[in-house]
Amino acid sequence: MGADGAPPPGAGAHGFRARATAALGDPQVRANFRRAMDGLMAKRAALFADPAEWRAMRALGASIRARTLARLPELLERLEERCRANGIEVHWAETTAEANEVVLDLLRARGATRVVKGKSMVSEEMHLNDFLEAHGVESLESDLGEYVIQLDGETPSHIIMPAIHKDRQQIARLFGRKIRDAAYSEDVDELTATARRVLRRKFEEADAGISGVNCAVAETGTLVLIENEGNGRMSTHVPPLHVALMGLEKVVERLEDVPPLLSLLTRSATGQLVTTYVNMISGPRSPGEKDGPREVHLVVLDNGRSRIYEDEELAVTLRCIRCGACMNHCPVYTRVGGHAYDAVYPGPIGKVLTPQMEGVDRRHELPHASSLCGACAEVCPVEIPITRLLVRLRAEASTRRVGSTVLGAGGARSGGEALSWRLWKRAFGSPGAYRLVSWLATRLGRLPVPRLGPLRAWTSVRTAPRPARRSLHELAREKGVPDA
Amino acid sequence: MEEVGANGRPGTVYFFGTCLVDLFFPEAGLAGIELLRREGLRVVYPQAQTCCGQPAFNCGYRDEALSVARAQVALFPEPWPVVVPSGSCAGMIRTHYPELFAGEPDEAAARGLAGRVHELTEFLVDVLHVSLVDRGEPVKVTWHASCHAMREAGVAAQPKALLAQLANVELVPLGRERECCGFGGTFSVREPEISAAMVEDKAADVAATGAALVLSGDGGCLLNVGGALERQGSRARPRHVAEFLLERTRGR
Ligand code: SF4
Repeated sequence: MGADGAPPPGAGAHGFRARATAALGDPQVRANFRRAMDGLMAKRAALFADPAEWRAMRALGASIRARTLARLPELLERLEERCRANGIEVHWAETTAEANEVVLDLLRARGATRVVKGKSMVSEEMHLNDFLEAHGVESLESDLGEYVIQLDGETPSHIIMPAIHKDRQQIARLFGRKIRDAAYSEDVDELTATARRVLRRKFEEADAGISGVNCAVAETGTLVLIENEGNGRMSTHVPPLHVALMGLEKVVERLEDVPPLLSLLTRSATGQLVTTYVNMISGPRSPGEKDGPREVHLVVLDNGRSRIYEDEELAVTLRCIRCGACMNHCPVYTRVGGHAYDAVYPGPIGKVLTPQMEGVDRRHELPHASSLCGACAEVCPVEIPITRLLVRLRAEASTRRVGSTVLGAGGARSGGEALSWRLWKRAFGSPGAYRLVSWLATRLGRLPVPRLGPLRAWTSVRTAPRPARRSLHELAREKGVPDA
Repeated sequence: MEEVGANGRPGTVYFFGTCLVDLFFPEAGLAGIELLRREGLRVVYPQAQTCCGQPAFNCGYRDEALSVARAQVALFPEPWPVVVPSGSCAGMIRTHYPELFAGEPDEAAARGLAGRVHELTEFLVDVLHVSLVDRGEPVKVTWHASCHAMREAGVAAQPKALLAQLANVELVPLGRERECCGFGGTFSVREPEISAAMVEDKAADVAATGAALVLSGDGGCLLNVGGALERQGSRARPRHVAEFLLERTRGR
């Protein structure tokens, strides 16, 4: 995305609005997302049926994440120390390029050319598969959804359910096209069995497994990874080398912090009380043990996170546990789907995270692509005030504040927009000016006006708004409503 | 101290009409004033009021928002409650004025105002405990919950409680009631395609209820949903809840 010299992803005919418009016109996208999101919302709601329990769980989740962030540097040091003591080698990467190099070096040093991967959004940030393939390493996704989109040369459209944009028939056709001797079937169990057959062999052949991390415990040096398919356990236990990737915010202080967070995560994400697998990885195979990798490495990625951390208000972005509930409940995401965002993280959290990672100048469209309805913040299990952050980023994009640490601050300033708000301030900031504006609006507002700009956009599916013939100010005066 | 009349009710209230009600739904504003006066309250409507400042605030133009908001704060000096026929604007004042005015010379005044702002239906139910007598013909209506009323102002149950008092009014639940109608202020013109998709769905959900009226407490939603209903040729009409309540209960 946005390599040097390329136009900013937010701009012009290739921007968010154009991609969203294309998605809106695709009945398959509309239907697939609506159906899937309705299902996910219902499942989550069923598990948080008791509002008092929800409030208590969420307050606990938020406080755990807040406490962690307050001591982030110290906890990361502690994590490194404990991991090393457990035999897990820790590598720090400031950029995605550095992280990719770390992974490649580890693989090369061991002659590894075949990798199986568990699901990891950090690896999506790194575009790791493309990088490894370009360096002669086969990198195969083993999460079913990830496997599907990798087969189709796509990126995830959802952080939890990466292939949610595809329905059963589309996956059946894809498998029929791409997998040798796969009999065409639209049956979910048969499709799963086909993928499982391919993947089984790959797990056995793999030289290395790469996975994400849901949280890492500082006091014990434990990597926690939850999943439903067993592919995570296979990727992290079968091959001789396991490389785990995590964003630096994923640390937690104590082991007892883990259960409440996982419980919030699975309920919010998929409406599950618990996932099928909960992997607690605390080191490589010890002498005498019969299985497990011979080496475990943890790559901790910054990629703009420490910059986000510097801003007191925006730092709450880093509380995110990547449950995806905000996207499941987002009326915009539900209609345009994940790919319209052209970002690793789509939906509400993506609109907050992406501009901070890639620059508010380049991605200023994203914070504005929201009606600020607040459905996201309402369901966020760690109380991230997403709408407030969107408003903050809108301000950062258009105004360069002294001392701002936001990447690209002030870089999306538009003179026309600034002028409009100055005029608005004039019109609404003084009673005299407003009297004139409201008089004009009520007297002339019903005259036919050319449908240009905003009015044209508005009237595409609505009749034009018609101002009243007299304002409330006038009516109140007439009815003798006192002024003071 | 707040001036308190008989039975613990305030004797006087301010009315902040909001710019959308002022220009597009003045009858709803008058109805709100009348509903309060009928309860024996003196209603004061400062003529210099304009807009709460939310449009600029939400777009990230804080200075402009502050200067318009500041002009409002000065208009409500007495410690009387301020009643607003909009969940969105009430939410703006209550939730965002304290942070918008943080560190400003008039911060205390802004916080004071934020602490005594009430959305109209909330005020009728929680403070005045009104009881309504329905004098209208049987009618089917549906309720559109504005996002900001629900999530910024915390108003959700009150308007329904008022409607439930009306014997001849059948309230048909709206499908996906908690989903945004797609207005979102400047969102509707910045992202018109998405906004259009949202309001088309909302209008279809309204039409599916078979209700004659879709009621809401927010002018923005009413303009948006009403405009889409009209364009779709639906017979359902938008109506501000204040106007509806007054119509139903007015003695002939
Ligand atoms: S922002 Fe909140 S709701 Fe969204 S993915 Fe992160 S934790 Fe989940």
